[in-house]
Amino acid sequence: MLKLMTSIGIAALISLTAVTGARAAGEAIELKSVSWQHGGLFGTYDRAAAQRGLQVYREVCAGCHGLGLVAFRTLSDLGFSEEEIKALAAESDYEDGPDGEGEMFERPGKPFDVFPSPFPNANAAKASNGGAYPVDLSLITKARANGDNYLYSLLTGYTDPPADFELAEGSNYNAYFPGHQIAMPSPLSEDAVEYADGTPATVDQMAKDVTVFLAWTAEPKMEERKSMGLKVIIFLLILAGLFYAVKRKVWSDLH
Amino acid sequence: MSFEPKNTAVKWVEDRLPIMGMLHHALYEYPTPKNLSYWWTFGSLAGVVLVIQIVTGIVLAMHYTPHVDMAFNSVEHIMRDVNYGWLMRYMHANGASMFFIVVYLHMFRGLYYGSYKAPRELLWWLGLVIFLLMMATAFMGYVLPWGQMSFWGATVITNLFSAIPVVGESIVSWLWGGFSVDNPTLNRFFSLHYLLPFVIVGVVILHIWALHTNGSNNPTGIEIKDGQDSIPFHPYYTVKDLFGLAIFLIFFSAFLFYAPNYMGHPDNYIPADPLVTPVHIVPEWYFLPFYAILRAVPDKLGGVLLMFGAIAVLFALPWLDKSRVRSARFRPIYKQVFWVFVLVCVALTYMGAQSADGNMVEFRGMVPVEINGVVQMKDGVVLMEEGITFALSNVLVSQLLTAYYFLHLLVLLPMIGLFERPRPLPASIAEDVLAKSPAKEEASNA
Ligand code: HEC
Ligand code: HEM
Repeated sequence: MLKLMTSIGIAALISLTAVTGARAAGEAIELKSVSWQHGGLFGTYDRAAAQRGLQVYREVCAGCHGLGLVAFRTLSDLGFSEEEIKALAAESDYEDGPDGEGEMFERPGKPFDVFPSPFPNANAAKASNGGAYPVDLSLITKARANGDNYLYSLLTGYTDPPADFELAEGSNYNAYFPGHQIAMPSPLSEDAVEYADGTPATVDQMAKDVTVFLAWTAEPKMEERKSMGLKVIIFLLILAGLFYAVKRKVWSDLH
Repeated sequence: MSFEPKNTAVKWVEDRLPIMGMLHHALYEYPTPKNLSYWWTFGSLAGVVLVIQIVTGIVLAMHYTPHVDMAFNSVEHIMRDVNYGWLMRYMHANGASMFFIVVYLHMFRGLYYGSYKAPRELLWWLGLVIFLLMMATAFMGYVLPWGQMSFWGATVITNLFSAIPVVGESIVSWLWGGFSVDNPTLNRFFSLHYLLPFVIVGVVILHIWALHTNGSNNPTGIEIKDGQDSIPFHPYYTVKDLFGLAIFLIFFSAFLFYAPNYMGHPDNYIPADPLVTPVHIVPEWYFLPFYAILRAVPDKLGGVLLMFGAIAVLFALPWLDKSRVRSARFRPIYKQVFWVFVLVCVALTYMGAQSADGNMVEFRGMVPVEINGVVQMKDGVVLMEEGITFALSNVLVSQLLTAYYFLHLLVLLPMIGLFERPRPLPASIAEDVLAKSPAKEEASNA
């Protein structure tokens, strides 16, 4: 009888773990985990990676995704010079106006402009992408749980679907996307860009670089925040020590 | 030690408006029990956080645009372009969480030491009014950045009112100012979000007035008898509170500077879209226990009533608690039940974040089939087995926890008060303090 009970118990335990595992797989599988230079308490953005990431964004992602919250001038944070920024901005034209005659006109971009949007509006974007909307990427790493690892996993997560998986028309299999079917075709392929600094443009490298760049676009003040935090906390620790000493002193005359 | 101004200008004002005397009274003459622990710091901390919220909020309002097409981007403008805008916004968003942490601890303190008992019933009530106003303020504030959770949270919560019979639907469209959460809703929420904190300030003043009328409770729960029991608020508690404040600010800073989005939801960085419903709509963490109670009831109206009931019963606490003794320190049974209640509240918070249709635990196993009550076996091996599934659903867990929440407040609290035998109370606060530090006593006599 005891033997029977234990075997039931063990069987149940095994299937219990199986159930939890299966449930997790139904939603999304565990993300690949990268140790980012900008993670941790003192982490800063890897400037070289972010600059390469900008190139990936501009040459690959910008065809479909906007970056509407990011002004060219802020690229100086990543180490771009004023001249480089002016040149980058001037590569696209912006509608402006009306002028003195009441006419709208086109002018080259200025550093205060934000990255141009690839589509005039959301419907046009959907129409060109089989009904799926390519989101603005400015905040993407903050708009997903564990965003940096999610983005990296997503970009490197395209595989053939499992044999029993039915892929809808116009969809691509990606284990990291909720539901595993994503309308975006794998955007990165070996040597999709040619890096100026000679770094080999593997899919993995480009995915990491564009993630660093997009982590910066989502949280451009992170370095300022962390360094201020350090000063504030050191100050508060000293202050707490002082208050504690004063408190001991003031209270010492009581029993 | 009454206030006698020496400066003629101060005296001139004082004769016409005795405000300095009032402050002097509150700081130097207001007798405070000498044995208050750090649990008594959270009141002043809540006051500080309220000021932080108001100051950062006013700065944010200078740059924020309450319009459905611009709100999201105006918050991002604050984060990116306004000098120290990111600091203001993260202080404000995390400050709201800090406010609730501090106030929840403050409330549990009151629960443990029986601070709501006579003659402090009104003080307790005013505290609960502040709590309700805070919830309304934070709820409307969360709508302002106009992200996905802002929009859908507002939709779900305002929709609750549709459960009210007959007039429910009309009330909801009156709240919305239209037929869905839209620009008019955002505008009125901004207006009210700006207003309510100042109403809170007003109620805080009443709260402190009521406090100063009967004085602070203390860990022994017995009243001050004479000068031996009390000390002036200043400098003793000002310096103690300042130390507490510094420690609290370190805790606040850890979140503010190193995990500013930890207590938020990633979906709120997606602009609101009325056509796309998020997979899970979850409110801010501080609403989760009430959200769990709401969802524990299958009937919408029932859920809404129970959720409001969870706060309403707190108003009746002074009369539900039948104990003659205030402090749980001298109440052996209540002391333990109190911690069970705390755990249940934490568990409710946890359940509020779980999906409504999931299971807490799923248990699948094989059991032997019985025929005529006998397990069929041959050579010690079971011949027939069948699969069983036993699942403890999230809803059931929430229901049990909700039941316990009300059981504690409506049944256990009165019953324990009637039947429990409290431990003997010290004769006075001073005696209690001495009993606790004999070494110090000797040292000061020497
Ligand atoms: C051919 C157009 C196209 C290109 C190029 C493209 N994307 Fe996409 N992307 C899409 C579409 C369409 C979607 C929406 C997918 C869906 O909803 O199924 C999308 C979705 C996404 C998402 C959102 C996934 C989610 O969790 O919702 C991210 C992140 C993303 N793309 C990143 C990138 C990055 C980074 C690049 C450049 C390396 C890139 N995309 C290049 C079309 C594109
Ligand atoms: C009781 C005190 C207050 C509480 C608990 C509170 C709470 C909140 C919360 C939770 C948010 C959403 C934060 C986010 O996710 O971005 C918010 C936003 C906001 N609050 Fe308050 N608030 C308080 C006082 C004030 C005051 C006095 C003002 C001044 C007018 C104000 C102005 C704003 C503005 C403009 C926003 C939108 C900007 C933003 O989202 O960061 N708040 N508030």
